[in-house]
Amino acid sequence: MSAGIDLENVCCDFGTFRAVDNANVSIKPGEFFSFLGPSGCGKTTILRMVSGFIEPTEGAIKIGGKDVKGTRPNQRPTALIFQNLALFPLMPIWENISFGLEVRGVDKATRRARAEELLKLVDLPGAADKMVSQLSGGQKQRVAIARALAVEPSVMLLDEPLSALDLKLRQHMRAELRAIQKRTGVTFIYITHDQGEALAMSDRVGVMSQGRIQQIAAPRDIYDNPVNGFVASFVGENNIFEGDVGAVSGGMAGMTGAHGSFRAKVSPEAQGKALKLYVRPEHTVLSKTKAAENSVEMEVTEVAFEGAFISVHGVAAGGKRLSAEVKNDGVTVVPGVGEKVFASFDAARALLLPDANVRG
Amino acid sequence: MQDLLRRYGTGLTTIFCLMVAFWILVLIVLPNFSMLFESFFPYLPVSELDGPKDVFTLQNYEKVLANPIETNWFGIPITIPIHVSTFVDTVFFSALVTFMTLVLAYPLAYFLAKVASPKSIPTLLLLLFIPMWVSEALRAFAWYIILTFNGPLNALLKGLGLIDQGIRWQNGIFTSYDAIVIVLTYCYVLFMLFPIYTAITSLDTNQIEAAEDLGSPWWRTHWRVIIPHAKPGIASGCVMVFMLSAGSLLVPTVVGSTKANWFPQTIYTWFNDALDWNTGAAYSMIFLLVCIMFVILAMRVFKVKLSDIAK
Ligand SMILES: Nc1ncnc2c1ncn2[C@@H]1O[C@H](COP(=O)(O)OP(=O)(O)O)[C@@H](O)[C@H]1O
Ligand SMILES: [Mg+2]
Repeated sequence: MSAGIDLENVCCDFGTFRAVDNANVSIKPGEFFSFLGPSGCGKTTILRMVSGFIEPTEGAIKIGGKDVKGTRPNQRPTALIFQNLALFPLMPIWENISFGLEVRGVDKATRRARAEELLKLVDLPGAADKMVSQLSGGQKQRVAIARALAVEPSVMLLDEPLSALDLKLRQHMRAELRAIQKRTGVTFIYITHDQGEALAMSDRVGVMSQGRIQQIAAPRDIYDNPVNGFVASFVGENNIFEGDVGAVSGGMAGMTGAHGSFRAKVSPEAQGKALKLYVRPEHTVLSKTKAAENSVEMEVTEVAFEGAFISVHGVAAGGKRLSAEVKNDGVTVVPGVGEKVFASFDAARALLLPDANVRG
Repeated sequence: MQDLLRRYGTGLTTIFCLMVAFWILVLIVLPNFSMLFESFFPYLPVSELDGPKDVFTLQNYEKVLANPIETNWFGIPITIPIHVSTFVDTVFFSALVTFMTLVLAYPLAYFLAKVASPKSIPTLLLLLFIPMWVSEALRAFAWYIILTFNGPLNALLKGLGLIDQGIRWQNGIFTSYDAIVIVLTYCYVLFMLFPIYTAITSLDTNQIEAAEDLGSPWWRTHWRVIIPHAKPGIASGCVMVFMLSAGSLLVPTVVGSTKANWFPQTIYTWFNDALDWNTGAAYSMIFLLVCIMFVILAMRVFKVKLSDIAK
């Protein structure tokens, strides 16, 4: 029932502006796939091309292996959940949900029964006869999901569906969406600019910037092995160093810059490009004495208590800002503001990465 | 009111209120009451005014039911008072004009609101507006010329080889009201267009797309999503066009055939030719009342609330 989606060299131009540039991705049937990227990077455009509201300027889109070029949205086995939900305010909830069935000529009693069933599935029983305006944000969200599920799509397309909800509800709905996806087995393509959401929910994530897909990988890989500086910075914090990269041997390379000499991992693809060193604050440790390698002296400027960990910010030579996360385990000593400490990191945890893959 | 006071001060607010009151009372309520009053008194020579004959009467209203004629409606012969016949024709053909303007205006309004590129909208609206800068009288005469027997329309149709005999448009092909219906439709179509255009503009385009995404063909999207949303606009357009058409004196006078009588013409005849203002007033009152009742009935049938129209 669920179908895979293939984008092959898909481009989309608006006039002279290229909103999506050469997107290639193969989404498996039943997969929860997220597109993650900042606002304006072309996520919605990709979704609208898959659902059929925009035709790609170049390239092909395949749903279940079939090229869907020229197929109107009402003929595609996709269901789109709009950023603003776009529920029909003049219909009661049950008619909203069963609209897709009404279109298919299903009789009223069956439609009503199916709507009730779907309302149970999205945990909103008893709302069938209410109007859209009587529901809260989270409830509307569920109705939108139920309405999309009613047509039994092979692919669900969700455009930042949780962005209008408050934090608590958002976290609850994340789990809910994930559960619905598992229960129904439908392929989900999910769009978000919230990296936490994408990493927590998805089987795989495609990170986008300026119309280009930067990296497609499992959440863990995206976070631990970003392919470039944009991905590294978009999915988490980093301490970044610049300098001249030395010779590569065994996947490692040295770098010498204003803050000393470092050693870090470098991937074969990255070699030969302008590189910077990225290391996560949680992989940066603080000590009174200088470590054997990859160690920078800094003065602590701020200590922020975050609960499970303590975030220590400091400035190194030349005003370079660095930060480290110290575990709140009662054993690790937390330096005070004004103290001078060494921030060090394991060479295996640091990456030499090029900048984002964007048009010149 | 508080708001008004705060914003404009006592002086200006008083002037505003007085102006509105003057408009409503002196220009609307008083003339209508005077007509209502006059309509219940007989038309008498000046010498008999305030005399024994000048008493309250319903005879002006009864005149509507005088002079039965034989006519036929859609092939069914009936006998009916001549003025009632005119009256029914006027209401029927005004409803037809309303329907025609709706059929023309809705697709155009939808096109302007949701299909046309935003950049071309000002130009398109201007093009629609320009004919409205010409007075209604001139437009009616223009149509008189267009529709006349040796006029451009017949010449064009003959030139295209569609007809070989000129058509007497003013006498009509379907009914003797053809010319009136055509010209009224032309004159009032914008009164239908703009309320519907405004209503459709306010519809979130995502809703149209959502319907399509759920598999809806275009006609069902219109039926279930766009028309229900545009209903208040459609309703106010219909009320306006119906009232304007039914009340039009100029267009039927200029383009109407001798067989096509429009009720305002009957009223005009009482006022102007017979100089019997009392009967004219009675006819006006009947006409106003029945038209309002017709509109209310239509609103009931189509489940439109008065507050929707006021929006
Ligand atoms: N219909 C359109 N016409 C012109 N430009 C558009 C249109 N739709 C989107 N864009 C542009 O394409 C880029 C990507 O838009 P979008 O896909 O909506 O981004 P996202 O959903 O990632 O925030 C934006 O710069 C936007 O301004
Ligand atoms: Mg978007």
